[in-house]
Amino acid sequence: MARTLFDKIWDDHVVERLPDGTCILYIDRHLLHEVTSPQAFEGLRMSGRRLRRPDATVAVVDHNVPTSDRSLPIEEPESRLQIETLEKNVAEFGVPYFRLRSKDQGIVHVVGPEQGISLPGMTIVCGDSHTSTHGAMGALAFGIGTSEVEHVMATQTLLQKPARNMRITVSGQVGPGVTAKDIMLAIIGKIGTAGGTGHVMEFAGDAIRALDMAGRMTLCNMSIEAGARAGLIAPDETTFAYIEGRRFAPKGDDFEKACAYWRTLATDDDAVFDTEVTLDAASIQPSLTWGTSPEDVIGIDGVVPDPAGFSDPARARQVQRMLDYMGLEAGQKIAGTRIDVAFIGSCTNSRIEDLRSAAAIARGRHVAPGVRAMVVPGSGHVKAAAEAEGLDRIFVEAGFEWREAGCSMCLGMNPDRLTAGQRCASTSNRNFEGRQGPGGRTHLCSPAMAAAAAVSGCFVDVREMV
Amino acid sequence: MDRFTTLTAVAAPMPAENIDTDQIIPARFLKTIQRSGLGKNAFAAQRYNDDGSENPDFVLNREPYRHAEILVTLDNFGCGSSREHAPWALLDFGIRCVIAPSFADIFFNNCFKNGILPIRLPREICEALMEDAALGSNARLTVDLQAQCIHRPDGSSVAFEVDGFRKHMLIEGLDDIGQTLQHETAIAGFERKRALEESWRPNIVMEDAS
Repeated sequence: MARTLFDKIWDDHVVERLPDGTCILYIDRHLLHEVTSPQAFEGLRMSGRRLRRPDATVAVVDHNVPTSDRSLPIEEPESRLQIETLEKNVAEFGVPYFRLRSKDQGIVHVVGPEQGISLPGMTIVCGDSHTSTHGAMGALAFGIGTSEVEHVMATQTLLQKPARNMRITVSGQVGPGVTAKDIMLAIIGKIGTAGGTGHVMEFAGDAIRALDMAGRMTLCNMSIEAGARAGLIAPDETTFAYIEGRRFAPKGDDFEKACAYWRTLATDDDAVFDTEVTLDAASIQPSLTWGTSPEDVIGIDGVVPDPAGFSDPARARQVQRMLDYMGLEAGQKIAGTRIDVAFIGSCTNSRIEDLRSAAAIARGRHVAPGVRAMVVPGSGHVKAAAEAEGLDRIFVEAGFEWREAGCSMCLGMNPDRLTAGQRCASTSNRNFEGRQGPGGRTHLCSPAMAAAAAVSGCFVDVREMV
Repeated sequence: MDRFTTLTAVAAPMPAENIDTDQIIPARFLKTIQRSGLGKNAFAAQRYNDDGSENPDFVLNREPYRHAEILVTLDNFGCGSSREHAPWALLDFGIRCVIAPSFADIFFNNCFKNGILPIRLPREICEALMEDAALGSNARLTVDLQAQCIHRPDGSSVAFEVDGFRKHMLIEGLDDIGQTLQHETAIAGFERKRALEESWRPNIVMEDAS
């Protein structure tokens, strides 16, 4: 029977199918960070269970870490305790660990692919919803809660039922200034934040094949924002070229064997998807969100919606509430809306390609008066690569802060936070109320759009600046 | 994990869609290394004013909803993060059951691991249950997991679906890990076959492993 990419990966990992259809699914990679692992390690200790496969597990600190001077001690005592707890746990259970002051440290979803830990055809989990990012490698990757983290630690498996198959085909090619972020915002805007619920979402079509790995990661990263269990992109020559030579990737003959297997994973031509969605790439504009849900997307030439335009009174009330929270007027043009902060970073958009795209806008310009702009690379290696190319100097000369790697202002667990009422052009993934700091107002957009807003002081069409 | 059999309790109405995990428990409260103690910060942004005082308009600050053990809400509850701190916060507040037309997948799954029963029902039924909930303490709902039905205060009842395996685990208060470890032979067999037939699969070994 014809199978999808998801079906093939799933079938290759079923250890046992229980009578009611629940499967014991084998997990190839388990990524750990400091926020969602302490209770799981504690559970393991309390029950006297061992960590089944330290050699399939890797840990890094990212959510809580300061992105300022790393030579200083961590000031927030609770953040410090979580980091120290992880360090104690990895030592006790023998988990490979990327230390805070190592170049290998970074956001877990940047580090996994970068180190060759996340590979096609694998099952990859982490106690973090943006684990979907690794789907860009052609891996079935999804976020789990801490109980499941403990389950994977103890058994190297999860109890799961198969998801439904969804395919999103983006045909044609995007216009200049339109990035993977804009494609994904357009998809979420179209299908909504529950559009993918219960599904694994495979991205296909010419516009997807044309993306580099960073762009594919941006797309899969935000598949969770469309409600999907995971995002997937079939591995191809772009994927293999990215993987070859990376630290933990197979080498030599093993790499050839791996590629031969990976080539068999693509969805069969006659496979049937439960849900199909199509988009025309040429119709996608540089986009951003106006509300407090990632589905509240408009093009840069769009206007903020009017609650009166919604027939469902509950939806109209919700839109009004969002406008009040966001400090926007119905019918207002989004272009020209002033910002206070620009944040370039997060597991969505902090790879070297993202920084190049932002630097291309920042070069020779300066951050507008009254705007704070920060660039937070996704890992120590991304930071070093950017510095080798001179991107750090472009940013610093333009008035951007050049910081150390971490999750930073995406969720404000570390000191990088918005204050109440501040409006932020953010390359992160969630514009929920208070996400970047209590009362903070988040507009999701691409790195180029965020850089353009930073130097203009307001949202502008990035196509006018390239 | 506490068993879930039958629950008779006050239900709090939260008539909004897309209540996300950042609303249920904001990220700044995730800096704990324990599971307990999160209840006081559940829904913190809506529940407390800037000066830390209670917002009297928020449903869980009003009687009898301070003692609610059931939430009735609208679509896509629990969307966003995988943080199990969200169900931990609800549980620590006292919530054992959430009723909504739809849930985000990870949150839905996390509930079962903590003895919370998430129930999916059509929107019009959720709206009717919300009207029941608005009647306060005179209108307790009874959720009977064994019979898979909710008894309403007017004597009528509503049937609901639940996955058989998860129902069993909830009613018995069972630990998933213990169940899975009974399949140790199959897991070890899978690993041996893999090692033999697909030796190219790399392991993560670090020279300077901690």
